[in-house]
Amino acid sequence: MAAPTDGTSRPAREDTGAAPVPITAVPVRHPGRWLAVAVLAVLAAMAVNTVLTNERFGWDVVAEYLFSEPILNGLRNTLVLTALSMLIGIVGGIALAVMRQSPNPILSSAAAGYIWLFRGTPLIAQLLFWNFLSALYPRLSLGIPFGPEFVSVDTNVLITQFAACLLGLGLNEAAYMAEIVRGGLLSVDPGQNEAAGALGMSRAQTLRRIILPQAMRVIIPPTGNETISMLKTSSLVVVIGYFELLTSAQRISNQNFQVIPLLIVAAVWYLALTSILTVGQGFLERRYGRGLTPERTGPALFPRKAAP
Amino acid sequence: MPMVEASGVHKRFGRTEVLRGVDLTVQPGEVCCVIGPSGSGKSTLLRCINHLERIDAGRMRVAGELIGYRESGGKLHELRESEIARKRQDIGMVFQRFNLFPHRTALENVIEAPVTVRRVPKAQARRRAVELLDRVGLADRRDAYPAQLSGGQQQRVAIARALAMHPRLMLFDEPTSALDPELVGEVLDVMRGLAADGMTMVVVTHEMGFAREVGDALVFMDEGRIVEAGAPRTVLADPQHERTRAFLSKVL
Ligand SMILES: Nc1ncnc2c1ncn2[C@@H]1O[C@H](COP(=O)(O)OP(=O)(O)OP(=O)(O)O)[C@@H](O)[C@H]1O
Ligand SMILES: [Mg+2]
Repeated sequence: MAAPTDGTSRPAREDTGAAPVPITAVPVRHPGRWLAVAVLAVLAAMAVNTVLTNERFGWDVVAEYLFSEPILNGLRNTLVLTALSMLIGIVGGIALAVMRQSPNPILSSAAAGYIWLFRGTPLIAQLLFWNFLSALYPRLSLGIPFGPEFVSVDTNVLITQFAACLLGLGLNEAAYMAEIVRGGLLSVDPGQNEAAGALGMSRAQTLRRIILPQAMRVIIPPTGNETISMLKTSSLVVVIGYFELLTSAQRISNQNFQVIPLLIVAAVWYLALTSILTVGQGFLERRYGRGLTPERTGPALFPRKAAP
Repeated sequence: MPMVEASGVHKRFGRTEVLRGVDLTVQPGEVCCVIGPSGSGKSTLLRCINHLERIDAGRMRVAGELIGYRESGGKLHELRESEIARKRQDIGMVFQRFNLFPHRTALENVIEAPVTVRRVPKAQARRRAVELLDRVGLADRRDAYPAQLSGGQQQRVAIARALAMHPRLMLFDEPTSALDPELVGEVLDVMRGLAADGMTMVVVTHEMGFAREVGDALVFMDEGRIVEAGAPRTVLADPQHERTRAFLSKVL
């Protein structure tokens, strides 16, 4: 079969022999921007100056505790709790979102019920619930319902304080992530489902290869929000006696009464973690934006002068 | 054995009857063009052929096999999703709005189904995809994302993507309706080539020139029924039915 005559990709061009003359226009000037920069620079200098010179900020105390052992231990717990609860949240959220869209009414209403319950009750209550599960069920066992048991363990052994933290944070997060993922799935053109189906792809293949990768573009920004928010939300585990960054800082300041410097220590670490996450998010967004978002060629803040 | 055999096909969406007893036979190697006013059920009929829509009554057979069902002991059994997917692999479909995968390059669009569904080794799928893209005149655009291609180029990639599964039957739903007039020709050229190679095709189209020149049969649909069918030249030149005449007088 002959290839079609492709007149469109090679537009006819009048060949006059002369190279086109590039435009050398004077760019639009933005005096307002320079003024704004000046004002902001002065304000920033003033802020830095007062923060550095006011002794009550206690920068020496900040420096003393920034890398101290209890703070680093707290930091490690914050990182582990955030990473694992977000992992549970994202995996659970995807599963719940897919269940909600399932044609099977039992699956979709089970997911809706879960989301209703976990979004509808306070996180603190959920953390306390998991921690005190042993009061309700002193022993957990695996066996045939109403029949013989195979294994049975003490609830307090199975659900440690740490496990209760993960259950509380992760299962709660899954409910929120489910709605984020569902929004992402809904944002994908239904024609994509049909095209994949017409090619003989199964529902699972379509979801994994076609729908989810496109939904990611919509899912990533709010998930970044959730992760950054989880860094700080994880401090709620103090209600069941666990500790992380903020708790560690407060424990120290309870002893030495240096409240503000230790809050600064915690804030510095939170900001550092947030910065890293922000960079990572940008990276992921570019990765999943391939083919979907046009290369950005927006205006520069200060356009460079045209070459003479 | 006919490639497509619809008998008494009915399809309802809630209260509205969209197909009201459609009988259609397409022989292997035939190009069957379907025309008709908007809302007459052309797309729905096409989507019933590969079970994107499930029919409410009648029988739809492709290459002699029931679509969506299995008959045993005088009863119809619904097929599992995986069995339906299996049958769809042999039926290519090209959509009005292309529906390319926007996060995949042209080449990746073409190798997607052979690799994930048929488990063809990647290198082999690639070789075939390059061949197919060459065949639709896009060898040099294989690494472009759909957003970087013109409508006509996207539709040609979509045709290559469908061909990559070695279909026995190709369904086209107004493949040129979303295109600027000067891009229509390049897509019709590809379809003409396919027809010349002996592909069985069902084409919903408003391109009467194409229907006359390439079609072996022309079917006019109105209000969910096939009103008139026959050789394209005969139907277009001498329509027997009043409604066909009224429709053709508007589009010709
Ligand atoms: N999923 C659906 N749910 C409800 N009604 C539908 C659905 N799909 C199609 N219809 C209705 O079925 C009728 C036939 O639609 P169909 O798309 O098959 O027409 P068509 O002949 O392809 O028209 P067009 O030329 O505009 O594409 C229309 O009245 C339409 O509103
Ligand atoms: Mg249609």
